[in-house]
Amino acid sequence: MIYLDNAATTRRKPQPVIDAVVKAMTTMGNASRGAHDSALEASRAVYETRCKIARLFGCTRPDHVVFTCNSTEALNIAISGTLNDGDHVITTDLEHNSVLRPLYRLEEEGTISLSFVPADQRGQVNYDDFAALIRPETRAIVCTHASNLTGQMIDIARVGALAKERGLLFIVDASQTAGCVPIHMEDMGVDVLCFTGHKGIMGPQGTGGLCIREGIEIRPFKVGGSGVQSYRKEQPEEYPTRLEAGTLNSHGLMGLSAALDFIQEIGLETIAAHERAMMTRFYEGVRGIEGVTVYGDFSSDARTAVVALNIRDYDSGEVSDELSQAYDIATRPGAHCAPRMHRALGTTEQGAVRFSASWFTTREEVDAAIQAVRELAE
Amino acid sequence: MRQRKPALIITFSATTDAMAMEIYCQARNLPGRLIPIPREITAGCGLAWKTLPGEDARFVQILEEAGIRWEAMKTIELWG
Repeated sequence: MIYLDNAATTRRKPQPVIDAVVKAMTTMGNASRGAHDSALEASRAVYETRCKIARLFGCTRPDHVVFTCNSTEALNIAISGTLNDGDHVITTDLEHNSVLRPLYRLEEEGTISLSFVPADQRGQVNYDDFAALIRPETRAIVCTHASNLTGQMIDIARVGALAKERGLLFIVDASQTAGCVPIHMEDMGVDVLCFTGHKGIMGPQGTGGLCIREGIEIRPFKVGGSGVQSYRKEQPEEYPTRLEAGTLNSHGLMGLSAALDFIQEIGLETIAAHERAMMTRFYEGVRGIEGVTVYGDFSSDARTAVVALNIRDYDSGEVSDELSQAYDIATRPGAHCAPRMHRALGTTEQGAVRFSASWFTTREEVDAAIQAVRELAE
Repeated sequence: MRQRKPALIITFSATTDAMAMEIYCQARNLPGRLIPIPREITAGCGLAWKTLPGEDARFVQILEEAGIRWEAMKTIELWG
C-alpha cells in the first residue's frame, strides 16, 4: 500500500516504537500506583516521557505536561476547564471539530460567545482580524497551528504575541504540527498546547496531551483515582494529577517516548524538510493536470505536508475509493471534520481528497500517486 | 521480629516531584530510594523518599538546589 493519509495517523511507526510498546506490555506496572519495581519503572518511564515532551515543546515544567488519549480530549480539558460564564472566545475557520464542538457546546449552553476569524478562498486568514474581533469580555483565542485540510499554518507566534499584549488566554491545537514543525510554547506565547502522539510524532494511537504554561489554572474535566492523596474528597490540585484521573495509557506512552527519541535522533528539521519536499513534489506534479483543482495557498513555506484536491466534479469519496481499489493508495476524502474550512473553500458538497506525507513517504510513492491522479483526470 | 531503624522520610504532594527527586539524587549518588508513604506521615498512598537519618539540613539544601517542591520531612523507624 502507498499510504498517504498521514494527517489522519502515521500508519508506519519506527520499529523502536513498536518494540517499546511490546516491552512495556510485558514488564510495566501502573505508574503512580505503588513503589514496587514494576510500578516504579512505570512511574520513571512516564516521568521521563513528560520531560521529553516538555523539551520538544518548550514547556518549562515537566509536571505541567498532562497526558490524555488524544488531542480532542486535551482540547476538551483546556476549553471546558478555563472558560467561564460570559467569556467571549475568538477562533478560526481553519478549526477541526475537536476545537469547534467543545466551543459550540459552551456557546449552546449560553456560557460563552464565539467569533470566527474567517478564511478566504485559499484558506488563509487575515491576522488583523484577530485584533479586530477582541471585545472587553474576550477571554481567549483558541486556534489550530495548521489546517488539517489544506496544511495551511497559522503563525501562532504572531497570534500569541497579540494574546499576550491583550491579556488573553491562548490555546493551540497542534494536532497537525506536533513532531513535524518546531514549536516553543514560551517563545510563541502559547498558554496551553494540545497535541496528539499518533500523527507527526509517530507514536501509538491513544496518546496525546496538553502542555500548560506555569500559572494557568485548568479545572479538572474528570476526577477519580490518582494514586496520591486518596482520602481527599477532591481531585488533587497539583498538575499533572489534577487532570489525569485514572490509569494512564503507559504502554502507549512508552511508544511515544521511543518516538520522541526517534525524532531527536533524526532531527525535527530534517523530518520537516523531507515531508515538505515530498508534498512539494506531489503538488508540482498534480497542479498542472487538466481537471485537477488544488486547494490552499502554496506561495509560502508555512505549510504542513498536506495537499487537498479534487478531480473535475467527481465526488471525493469516489476518487479516494478508486485510488484505494485500483492503485492501492490510501487517502482521505470527505469533510475531514473541518466544516468551516470546506465552506470557505467552496467544497462542502464535493469534499476533497487529501494526500498527506510522513517521514517514511518516498519519492517513488509520490510519483505513483501523481500518475494515479493523472490517469483519473483523463 | 524484623528490626526497625530510623530513616529520614521526605514526602511530596505530586508523584512528578518524587520522580524528579529520584533522578536528581541518583545522578549525584545521593543516598535514598522511593518507598510507599509511611502512615506515620500521612494516611493514603503515594511515594516518599527514604534516606539516612540526621540528614535533614542537607536534604533541605538539596531540595532547594534542585528546585523540587516537598511537603514534609520526618524521621521515623522503618524496616529495612
